[in-house]
Amino acid sequence: MTLAKRIIPCLDVENGRVVKGVKFLDIRDAGDPVEVARRYDAAGADEITFLDITASHEGRDTMVHTVERMASEVFIPLTVGGGVRTLEDIRTLLNAGADKVSINSTAVYDPDFVRAAADRFGSQCIVVAIDAKQVSGDGETPRWEVFTHGGRKVTGLDAVAWAVRMADYGAGEILLTSMDQDGTKSGFDLTLTRAITDSIDIPVIASGGVGNLQHLADGVLKGGADAVLAASIFHFGEYSIREAKEYMASQGIEMRL
Amino acid sequence: MTDFRIRIAVIDYGMGNLHSVAKGLEHVAPRAEVVITSNPEEIAEADRVVFPGVGAMRDCMAEIRRGGFDVVVQKAITQKPVLAICVGMQALMSHSEENDGVECLDVFPGSVRHFGKSLSEPDGTRLKVPHMGWNQVHQTIDHPMWRGIDQDERFYFVHSYYVDADSSVTAANCHYGVTFSAALAAGNLFAVQFHPEKSHTAGLQLLKNFVNWRGE
Repeated sequence: MTLAKRIIPCLDVENGRVVKGVKFLDIRDAGDPVEVARRYDAAGADEITFLDITASHEGRDTMVHTVERMASEVFIPLTVGGGVRTLEDIRTLLNAGADKVSINSTAVYDPDFVRAAADRFGSQCIVVAIDAKQVSGDGETPRWEVFTHGGRKVTGLDAVAWAVRMADYGAGEILLTSMDQDGTKSGFDLTLTRAITDSIDIPVIASGGVGNLQHLADGVLKGGADAVLAASIFHFGEYSIREAKEYMASQGIEMRL
Repeated sequence: MTDFRIRIAVIDYGMGNLHSVAKGLEHVAPRAEVVITSNPEEIAEADRVVFPGVGAMRDCMAEIRRGGFDVVVQKAITQKPVLAICVGMQALMSHSEENDGVECLDVFPGSVRHFGKSLSEPDGTRLKVPHMGWNQVHQTIDHPMWRGIDQDERFYFVHSYYVDADSSVTAANCHYGVTFSAALAAGNLFAVQFHPEKSHTAGLQLLKNFVNWRGE
């Protein structure tokens, strides 16, 4: 008996609609997050992550309804992130049916928020998302810092030290995205992933840069990740979840097949 | 189908998300009436009772005792099928190590223990805590709740504390650094550490079995 590594498709959702497109051939409404989630659920995804990129407050209510609809139809764990600022935000999302809530910028501005959230709701539902970018030059010891706002805002925080602190504050899981690799399709930043997974005792989800199935396997085998998150390779039908799982299993990784 | 007019009460004692488990039950038993309730009378009148729970044990036990749900659950167990989930299962034990030690309901003898820091397998593999994700559930007894579920099927777990119970009440084991009770069974009571409402097809099958189970 061994715990399986997880594959997590991630959807960017704005005003209740999937953005950046999901190009399945045979889906009724590729813009409906619930429809897409159902599809991934049927395909064997281990969890689903919704990233809410809605700016307006009204749009956030739409997200809550989306989560409610999803929880009625899809019976695998759901993480919701984006714009989580208050304990009330967390409570609302959990009550709507989210299993975990991902906190990003708010953790940077107010680290004690993570502690309060874990105390109130339990570490099991508090994910801290870390967007990291390499700041060391060639030939130097690798060093990464935490960025917010999609990599635009510098925080000056060392990414490894930040992960250790967030685990200490009660985060139940770290969602680690390499801003250098995100969108490149050239694989995870494995050095970064390994540096973080070796430093903390809580699970780490590797994110950013997946372009093929070997990248997913490397995230686990070389990066030491407990779960791998990807968007475009699944959304555009380049690979199915099942293909990804079978490939990873063929590399000796324990998977739920 | 036995779910025709069945009423299922999901006990709400103020801790965490009950929406998912209620939706899971509605999904497998569309004709059942599923109520999320803290009303002892409604719980007493229901045909099935679900005792869920998430969060820290001290807060859970405080809310359970404050609302008198300790008495409600103990009474329900003598009368009809009861399904305890996650912290609901842990609350049924004698004692938990969480929050510097909490006395629990003592329905099952045994303790709730922390996985511990530096958890690892004998081969040295480091294990992260919480135990989060899909692990195999090894059934140790025949039980109507296991109907249609494969031996060693994977279910979704998320917990940092595990149940250390006697094998006489254990219905399934799981292994994560240590071997622990993933399910307990006694009379009308069935308890699971994993989340059936988040465990896809196998989880829904277990919820369906609960709806169809008539108890001891």
